[in-house]
Amino acid sequence: MNKLRLSSLYQLTVIRFFLIVREPEAIFWIFIFPILLAVGLGIAFRNRPADVLPVGATTTQLTQALAADKGLSATTLDPAAGTHALSTGNILLLAIQQPDGVTYQFDDTNPDARIARMLVDRDIQAAAGQHEAIHAQNQLVHETGSRYIDFVVPGLLGMNLMGSAMWGLGFAIVEARQKKLLKRLVASPMPRWQYLLSFILSRLVMLVIEVVAFLGFARLVFAVPFRGSLVQLAFLCVLTSLCFSALGLLVASRAKTMEAASGLMNLVMLPMWILSGVFFSASRFPAAIQPLVRALPLTAAIDAMRGNMLQGMSLGQLAAPVAILSAWLLLAFAVSLRIFRWR
Amino acid sequence: MTQTQIAPPPISRPSPNEATRAPSLLLRGLRKTFADVVAVDGLDLEVNRGECFGLLGPNGAGKTTTIEICEGLTDPDAGHVQLLGLDWRAAANQLRQRIGVQLQETQFPDKLTVEETLRLFRSFFHHGIPAEESIRTAQLEEKRNSRVGTLSGGQKQRLAMACALVGDPELLFLDEPTTGLDPQARRHLWDLVDALKQAGRTIILTTHYMEEAERLCDRVAIMDHGRIIALGTPQQLIASVGAEHIVEFAVSAHEPPAPGSAPGIAHGIVDAALLLAIPGVMSHRVDAGLHQLSVSELHTAVPRIFAALASQGLHLSEFRTHSASLEDVFVGLTGRNLRDE
Repeated sequence: MNKLRLSSLYQLTVIRFFLIVREPEAIFWIFIFPILLAVGLGIAFRNRPADVLPVGATTTQLTQALAADKGLSATTLDPAAGTHALSTGNILLLAIQQPDGVTYQFDDTNPDARIARMLVDRDIQAAAGQHEAIHAQNQLVHETGSRYIDFVVPGLLGMNLMGSAMWGLGFAIVEARQKKLLKRLVASPMPRWQYLLSFILSRLVMLVIEVVAFLGFARLVFAVPFRGSLVQLAFLCVLTSLCFSALGLLVASRAKTMEAASGLMNLVMLPMWILSGVFFSASRFPAAIQPLVRALPLTAAIDAMRGNMLQGMSLGQLAAPVAILSAWLLLAFAVSLRIFRWR
Repeated sequence: MTQTQIAPPPISRPSPNEATRAPSLLLRGLRKTFADVVAVDGLDLEVNRGECFGLLGPNGAGKTTTIEICEGLTDPDAGHVQLLGLDWRAAANQLRQRIGVQLQETQFPDKLTVEETLRLFRSFFHHGIPAEESIRTAQLEEKRNSRVGTLSGGQKQRLAMACALVGDPELLFLDEPTTGLDPQARRHLWDLVDALKQAGRTIILTTHYMEEAERLCDRVAIMDHGRIIALGTPQQLIASVGAEHIVEFAVSAHEPPAPGSAPGIAHGIVDAALLLAIPGVMSHRVDAGLHQLSVSELHTAVPRIFAALASQGLHLSEFRTHSASLEDVFVGLTGRNLRDE
């Protein structure tokens, strides 16, 4: 047998790998779940052709004026039926012929209804003989990179890296402590740094599989753009994973039971799921809490990945989020090594 | 307190420290307190090379704390620990290479196989035996490729033993190796320890089973409340009871004897003085209505005991005898049973 296979670092790392791969639930959460989530969100927020807005009119004359507009589907309704259709949401707007003109009935808090008001009014005015003051032309652009799926893929990637790193490290260590395995290992001549390093090494191997599978899927199915350098994106993924591994180690450094570890883990991750802009932009939160939001490692990770993938920014332009991630990594790692309980 | 030195059997393997002939284990004035509980209260102990030494005592006697201090897992509050002539503070890494440890309640990962687990532990040691050999020693050949989660309690315990053996240790610590096992698995493990003993390894084990200590150990220390209350070979300790047989009996009386009365005084209607007057009856005590006599010359004493009770007009409701055991040593020293937990 060769020397590598006899080395304790190799054995520790390989065994970590076996333990991950032999846990079917872990495989689901790490590989399948993010892809399912991306599929679900991709379907829910797919770019549809511009909506056709249903409207009603009280005379056939008005209906005819609207019939030519591809953005509208108009039906003729008497005022009573029209009001009912409006109140039940079957139409967005009812155009009522008046002796001295037209009245539009619609809900001005509904953006679609306001668009219908503009389209209907333009068509009716044109039918009555109004002409464009300036000739205008439309040029339609459907570009990838500005869709919701493009926005959400880096968010899901960041969230997935956080979850797999924190659970992968934190849970395994606390389980070993609870089952007294950690104590048994410490009673053997195992070098302790190798135990911790084996987690990092197996994490990095899993990371490659995890990131390639997820981003490959996003690329093939949704044609999500990669505008920045792939090497730099890989660096960001590794940095993110190490940062959350360190946080996982911190959470696991003293917890004695799985229950305590789960609680701590959720305490750390929940605010980031909400605040860090996985599903919508973190800049929507009030200015007062923005410094907090910006300081969270997941916000920094997702900002950096969006910057790389969607805007093609270089690491130099992403110095701020990279610095935040590095600071969290060093701080969490230093504190957890100091307070780690080996038994 | 009985204290004897037993010549260690010859060690079959050459040991690096043989020249110095330091004892395998030397404890002096060991003390450890957890919160307000004194777990180890001034312990002195010496274990020789090649000896199988047992720490016997009830749960909470301080056995595990003592053995974990020896294993370098717990720091003592005071006292001196020396293993193989080395100190934990000065030579922790070297010591971990040279001892084998089996802890209470270690759960190895369920999803690993026996062989993977042993390869992992083997990789920590510079020198040792191949994983295959430890599998053979622990008689786990058929389970080599089974996941740990599928093993029985006895097999898991043998795996723990195999993990302690892969480093070919000079000194082996076994903490309650058979607790929770069924009698058959226990006997199986005893055979394994026997084989290790024959191979000349120094073994230190804790147990609260007296028959285990009697069966396996060359010398035994009986612990109670963090102290060693008796030390010697099982035979010496049993001899200290004063007689080799124990007679237990109960009588049916008009009124039951008062519980908790001190031994040696007449209880209810049993006249202890009459019993103690019988040649061969060394002592008498009463525990919860059960009379206990330590007796030598069982064949002549028993008919006289019957006669003495009959002369008092008493009717026996229970009567049995057994050879004196370490249990009786413990009872004699503390007035409690080992398994009163």
